Amino acid sequence: MNTLNKQGRPSRPAVAQAENEGQFETFSGSKALQQTELLLFDRGDNERTGVDLPETPDIADDLGDFARKDAIGLPGLTEPEAMRHYVRLSQKNYAIDLGVYPLGSCTMKHNPRLNEKMARLPGFGDLHPLQPESTVQGALALMDQLSHWLTTLTGMPAVALSPKAGAHGELCGMLAIRAKLDADGQTKRRRVLVPDSAHGTNPATAVQCGFTVDEIPSDDTGRVDLEALKGKLGDDVAGIMLTNPNTCGLFERDIRTIADLIHEAGGYFYCDGANFNAIVGRVRPGDLGVDAMHINLHKTFSTPHGGGGPGAGPTVFSDALAPYAPVPYVVKDGDKWKLVERNEDAEGAPFGRMSAFHGQMGMFVRALSYMMSHGADGLKQASEDAVLNANYLLALLDGPMTRAFDGYCMHEALFNDNFLKDTGVETLDFAKAMIDEGYHPMTMYFPLVVHGALLIEPTESESKTSLDRFADTLLALAEAAKAGETERFKQAPVHAPLRRLDETRAARQPVLRWKPAEAEAQAAQ
Amino acid sequence: MTTKYTKDHEWIRVEGEVGTVGITPHAAEQLGDVVFVELPDVGASLKKGDEAAVVESVKAASEVYAPVSGEVVEVNSAIADNPGTVNEAADGAGWFIKLKLSDAGELDGLMDDGAYKEFAANEG
Repeated sequence: MNTLNKQGRPSRPAVAQAENEGQFETFSGSKALQQTELLLFDRGDNERTGVDLPETPDIADDLGDFARKDAIGLPGLTEPEAMRHYVRLSQKNYAIDLGVYPLGSCTMKHNPRLNEKMARLPGFGDLHPLQPESTVQGALALMDQLSHWLTTLTGMPAVALSPKAGAHGELCGMLAIRAKLDADGQTKRRRVLVPDSAHGTNPATAVQCGFTVDEIPSDDTGRVDLEALKGKLGDDVAGIMLTNPNTCGLFERDIRTIADLIHEAGGYFYCDGANFNAIVGRVRPGDLGVDAMHINLHKTFSTPHGGGGPGAGPTVFSDALAPYAPVPYVVKDGDKWKLVERNEDAEGAPFGRMSAFHGQMGMFVRALSYMMSHGADGLKQASEDAVLNANYLLALLDGPMTRAFDGYCMHEALFNDNFLKDTGVETLDFAKAMIDEGYHPMTMYFPLVVHGALLIEPTESESKTSLDRFADTLLALAEAAKAGETERFKQAPVHAPLRRLDETRAARQPVLRWKPAEAEAQAAQ
Repeated sequence: MTTKYTKDHEWIRVEGEVGTVGITPHAAEQLGDVVFVELPDVGASLKKGDEAAVVESVKAASEVYAPVSGEVVEVNSAIADNPGTVNEAADGAGWFIKLKLSDAGELDGLMDDGAYKEFAANEG
């Protein structure tokens, strides 16, 4: 029986209702506004088209036997059909504009609409990277201003704007370290120290740059084991790649000591800036002894990501590495701005360039818009609120859920799966049940140093009301798991457009391209 | 024929001068469904603790280390084609490589069956 309010409407959905669902399957497969959607290839055919092209004039071609004999097989659709396809897909998508997006280590914060408005100004939106400098002075001035604030906020003298994402920025930083080592004749230094809680991109970047990776264990507090680090120093060490706050959401308190140790050993300090959003305005990485760090504009400075837009990973450098920073970069020459595009025109000894053009201009506009609209005090408060929100969730959830480490966290709260012990429910099931509750799951099974990890990053975007509601849902789920409602978790998601996907089979036997039904049948024979 | 275990959850079963190496059922269970295995080249020379293979599951990617030093004399290409075998028979058909031992003395530093069981239980 549903509990009824005065209007006779159910005030809360009963679980039994969910069990009855599916008795009345719709004929179309759609569920009211949740419409089923076929692939474009399955939906379209060669008879229809949304475009009206003039008849091809009778011209002789030189292709001979190479001319295509059959239709290319692109699906033909009317314009409304094509539009509906993408609108329907977008409605199945979860987005920060739709609800809480607590994906740890990803910083899915609100993307202010002001940023979008600025990025669409024709003077920024309609640029071409090959335009003459004299016609893009405003854009160059913006890049110069962005560079100024990035170097100011990090306390580091130089920045390369061109890297296109976090890992690209890492590559940029490590290539500069490599160039510096080579320039100094330190070609024996090829070992890079990476904590075991690091993002997977760190060791991958080191290897890509020709280094070998040496893993440093974490201590019981979730931070770098200082003694283990000391034991790994030597004259073959190129540097360390350290995230701060680290992926356990904890501030590496020994960071100054770590920087000193690395520098005394002759190596350089790469800081993975993925979590810079926790400390902007409070800490300048340059003061901590960092030599290079990428900044994810798409996390810290709120530019859209995760399918909403490309990333941008500007990389800042210390005095030691600045001469090796890549081209291009913007300089002011009198009252004009210009791009230094070539190594031979640069003051230092750039290691080369990271991309053909100048970086993600649209993201530069959005990031600067975010900085200017917040101001110095606003940026600092955003960091503080991100940390406050994470600690609020940590406090609300600790107990029914089990925190991974003691003490305050920074911008993300990390839990292990101890609270699910003997319930038959695993981290994966718990995450899937959150989908039914209308929430994007948190990051799971990362960092690897915590068993069954659940990493929650609420960001500063969420209000207290929103955090309370989110926490209530997680607490109810944790209680349900302990009460033995295993099926609720094993069956989840029940209410999603698709039920649980076979991730194992998708990874083992990936289907990478669509084939027409007949062709597939033929291939099977 | 003796089977020894490492703290990184590899096992090695030695017959004569050749040891067969795999990961323990405990490790396979912790990893979850294995979806990809990368094996070394036959003839590769490995030192104890060197990365011998890479194993990826739906949850994580991790390395399989050489429990002892030796030369790779055979690899189990069947698990590269069908990674599920590692989950189904981690201590049997799901073996990774065969090593020709260069220093059988290194085996002494590894755990026996009883010691490993205790170690794995304590690790959670």
